[in-house]
Amino acid sequence: MAEILTLKDAVGAHVSDGDSIAMEGFTHLIPFAAGHEVIRQGRRRLTLIRMTPDLIYDQLIGMGCAERLVFSWGGNPGVGSLHRLRDAVENSWPQPLALEEHSHAAMANAYEAGAANLPFAVFRGYRGVDLPHVNPAIRSVACPYTGEVLATVPALRPDVAIVHAQRADRAGNVLFEGIVGVQKEAVLAARRSIVTVEEVVDDFGPRSPNAVILPAWTVSAIAVVPGGAFPSYAHGYYKRANAFYKGWDAIARDRDRFRAWMDENVLRGRPEDFARYAGRAGSGRIPSPLVEEGQGGGNDEGRSARHLSSLSVSPPQGGRGGA
Amino acid sequence: MKAPAAVSYSATEMMTIVAARALRNDDVVFVGIGAPSAACNLARLTHAPDITLIYESGTIGTRPNVLPLSIGDGELAETALTTVSVPEMFRYWLQGGRITVGFLGGAQIDRFANLNTTVVGEYARPKVRLPGGGGAPEIATHCGEVFITMAMGKRAFVETLPFVTSLGHGAGPESRRALGVATKGPTKVITDLCVLEPDPETRELTVMALYPGVGREAVQAECGWPLKFAGRIAAIPAPTGEELRVLRDLQARTAAAHGSDA
Repeated sequence: MAEILTLKDAVGAHVSDGDSIAMEGFTHLIPFAAGHEVIRQGRRRLTLIRMTPDLIYDQLIGMGCAERLVFSWGGNPGVGSLHRLRDAVENSWPQPLALEEHSHAAMANAYEAGAANLPFAVFRGYRGVDLPHVNPAIRSVACPYTGEVLATVPALRPDVAIVHAQRADRAGNVLFEGIVGVQKEAVLAARRSIVTVEEVVDDFGPRSPNAVILPAWTVSAIAVVPGGAFPSYAHGYYKRANAFYKGWDAIARDRDRFRAWMDENVLRGRPEDFARYAGRAGSGRIPSPLVEEGQGGGNDEGRSARHLSSLSVSPPQGGRGGA
Repeated sequence: MKAPAAVSYSATEMMTIVAARALRNDDVVFVGIGAPSAACNLARLTHAPDITLIYESGTIGTRPNVLPLSIGDGELAETALTTVSVPEMFRYWLQGGRITVGFLGGAQIDRFANLNTTVVGEYARPKVRLPGGGGAPEIATHCGEVFITMAMGKRAFVETLPFVTSLGHGAGPESRRALGVATKGPTKVITDLCVLEPDPETRELTVMALYPGVGREAVQAECGWPLKFAGRIAAIPAPTGEELRVLRDLQARTAAAHGSDA
């Protein structure tokens, strides 16, 4: 049954050195605040699982928290490379990183198999490509009815799933809206789970009978962290800070600049720091909170200026072979 | 606003506009970020108003007013007919065979339109670690056909790929069938200089059409293998003023929305 805890206590209780962790959220609702808390608590030897590692895993990898990455697309969306991920793979900095690489279809199927308590996932995929030659977890099975050879991957069963959602109610049920990605599957596949939310409400209010809800008894801990998905976004609360994603390229390219940024914004940060990015709940289109910071321009840079004191938003170098 | 008759345009704009022209009003398209997203929305805003655009984040029938930077920007869900989970997207909609055109690009391509977006060098000790395949391995085999958009260059159009991330025509005419893949695979490679299509017999990419002012030598100079040219090379008309106006408006809105130049 979900306990409502501080983020520090939730991560302290449920994340240990050596755990396999899935922080999910497909571009949307990425649990940045929780990832920062894992970094602050100094967790090591983690297996990080995520379809699109995004900036949050770039940060965890660059800070030496991970020894293994299970993923399917490791770039900075629309911008180019994840430079900390690349530095770990190409130069073993700050330490070697083992890769278990899949396609999106395989990862999505593997989470679903985990949630369904199956040992593996079966799908039509990986035909004529090289990944099965470098990833021994990719195998095949013959259909018992037609003989068709189908791809298989082991079910994903993380020790901990960490996700962000819009709202929880006081009983600890969790509501997701917008691009829901694989969060429900990741939580149901995992042994334990932490959900950070924008807010706790007395009642979810009017909603579709088909709303995506995780009942309280499927979640281990809930932490209220308004703005906790920034610089990704929370549908209905605040927009994706695309300028941050562009600006990250220059920070992450340089080891010293990266360490300085992490020191200032993460190691010396607190979960409450994210509140300045939070928007308000409500129905219909929420104006971007980025407009309300008093910068007048309503652009992402104005909004990001304080938290990202060392982030100068300069045009990134176009990466070939990006998204 | 009427654009002047002899307006200039960039090679990237030409590539985007040629890709848009290839789309039909009744297509159901699996869109990628970058040039494909621009092309698909240009098509929707010009000759294909009813086209169905699907992004792998789960948004079906989306009509974004600005181009997304990521595959899952809020704009996509806010303007979509419906938004489904990622497992549903890959299982029911892509594997289910409901997509007519998938867009792909890559760091490298070979003469059979196989693509590499994984590594340069050895997989275990890469010189350059690229982002990887994402949705591409299954997009390449489940969509009815695949359009590839890529700028040409000798380091991109290569004799041999270090890694096959997604399947084109394999090693030639029988490869897809032998793998049990019934879809057409890449039918067009739309570049910044020309359009290539697989030869009906050999499946080798063949230059079918050149852009205005581009000669055969210029195309060959940007390709790492000796190119085949079709018997009759078509000349692709320059962008119309309307195509350029709609594309530039879209990109101006996008740049304003993303808070820096797109």
